[in-house]
Amino acid sequence: MHKVVIVGAGPAGFAAAELLHVNGLIPTLVDEAATAGGQIYRRPAPDIELDMRRLLGRGHRRYQRFHARAGHLLAQIDYRPQTTAWAIFADRVWTLRDQIIEQVPFDALVLATGATDRTVPIPGWTLPGVVTLGGAQALLKGQGALIGRRVVFCGSSPLLYLAAKQFLAAGATVGAILDTTPFAAKVAAAPDLLRAPEVFADGLKSMARVRGAGVPIHHGVRLESFEGDGEVSAVRYLDRKGRAKSVDCDAVAFGFGLKPEAQLADLAGVPFRYDPTFRQWLPATDGDGRAGRRTYLAGDGCMIGGAQAAEISGSLAAAALLQDAGTPTHGIDRSALRRRLARLHRFQHGLSRAFTWPAGTLAGASDSLPICRCESVTAGEIRRAVGSVLGPIDINRVKALTRVGMGRCQGRFCALPAAELVAAAAARPLEAVGRLRGQAPVKPLPPTARVRDRS
Amino acid sequence: MSEAKTSLPVANGRVVRTAARRSRVIEFKVDGEIVPAWIGDTLLVAVLSHRGALSIHEFDGEPRAGFCLMGACQDCWVWLEDGTRLRACTTPVEPGLAVCTRPPTDGLCHA
Repeated sequence: MHKVVIVGAGPAGFAAAELLHVNGLIPTLVDEAATAGGQIYRRPAPDIELDMRRLLGRGHRRYQRFHARAGHLLAQIDYRPQTTAWAIFADRVWTLRDQIIEQVPFDALVLATGATDRTVPIPGWTLPGVVTLGGAQALLKGQGALIGRRVVFCGSSPLLYLAAKQFLAAGATVGAILDTTPFAAKVAAAPDLLRAPEVFADGLKSMARVRGAGVPIHHGVRLESFEGDGEVSAVRYLDRKGRAKSVDCDAVAFGFGLKPEAQLADLAGVPFRYDPTFRQWLPATDGDGRAGRRTYLAGDGCMIGGAQAAEISGSLAAAALLQDAGTPTHGIDRSALRRRLARLHRFQHGLSRAFTWPAGTLAGASDSLPICRCESVTAGEIRRAVGSVLGPIDINRVKALTRVGMGRCQGRFCALPAAELVAAAAARPLEAVGRLRGQAPVKPLPPTARVRDRS
Repeated sequence: MSEAKTSLPVANGRVVRTAARRSRVIEFKVDGEIVPAWIGDTLLVAVLSHRGALSIHEFDGEPRAGFCLMGACQDCWVWLEDGTRLRACTTPVEPGLAVCTRPPTDGLCHA
């Protein structure tokens, strides 16, 4: 019996489970959420009368199809919701559910762990009311709740426009959209964006809808600070001509694209490579998802590509796994999927130029700016540590000296900005300062957790 | 959005509900104060329907109210009177729960 464990029940993990099941396996599907879907197909909690058709618009068709398929498949496999995978060790996934720790052995592992928002520290970013762009959407889709009454969406991401459209549909006031990438960059990226014409058209429609609702949209701004006393009350920014402006709000959703949740891949021993387009270290695969001994990766947890790419890569990873296990594979046309995936990745490259990560802004950040939210480590402390490191400058040494990345989020939100800051302070290229190594547990464990009695 | 069929007392919190619930209204405590919520609410929504923040951060002493809202950043921790730590964005509210916005000592909240 070939025992396969899949981590993550979003579009990638689900597609992998589906193909394995079609080919006669009963995979174990571990997912932290109460219902399958990942972030993209997140479902409202039971008993909430949220009109998802209205909220999702054209995206509702895919949402509905996913949950119809999930309803069918999940009863036929070993599906474990509300279960956190917190380590990979000795060919076992270590999980936590209801205070119980369990080891799940595997012959093959598929990691489809998804992504979180990529944010950059901005003065005031710890104020109540300031949340990630994905978080604002998660609260709306999962709980039917808005992060505030008058919301400013800022950063640089196509999701700024999609989220703003959803908030308008839910009755919020959108104070402004402040996009830090100039409009000209979007025009320049258009040829790549046309590789996925439908997605591109949806994006343009969201933008037009938001503008049509009278929401001010500013491109090419520089975010200066989130202002407020005990809670956010305004966003200060420089417009594209460098003029100081401010917009009032009671909530802010911000983000600069996504970054893979690659901690478990790291613990599984997957090699990482530096990607200059995304300015991140990403887990390396052979293109079909093979990522070293017994391990396969799929979806945004490996390479940011969006829901369609996630689904395709989940199928490809499962097909690679079956092939490696010597099982003839049914129900998949691999070359067609590879071509579609390549197109979607070209599109993603276009997005990364149309919505850029503000790499340079941290070099000029004030010493008092908190970089690590968990441990309150400031830019100044990181710069001082860079000055005191003996030997090669490496982000892990800076972590040891300052505790940046050592807090309860395990570096999820500070690792990339801290690396940018260290590289700038040491006058080294970003890839030369390394990356924060993953550590178990990848999510905090309660001290009261017990190991399951295996008798 | 749908018209509310049940309504809670007007709450002056940070989050705004836009959808009605068919579930039961329950009561729970925040720093000793009894407040209503619906079954199906996360603790984050239940608390932030009444309050502006979830907790006081132990290092900078400033209020926090969650950040990623999807279980990754751990910025939304709250506590029970027995010291149990809960991630508010992913934990459902329950009747009679007594939530503290700072780590309790000797089974008591420090409001």
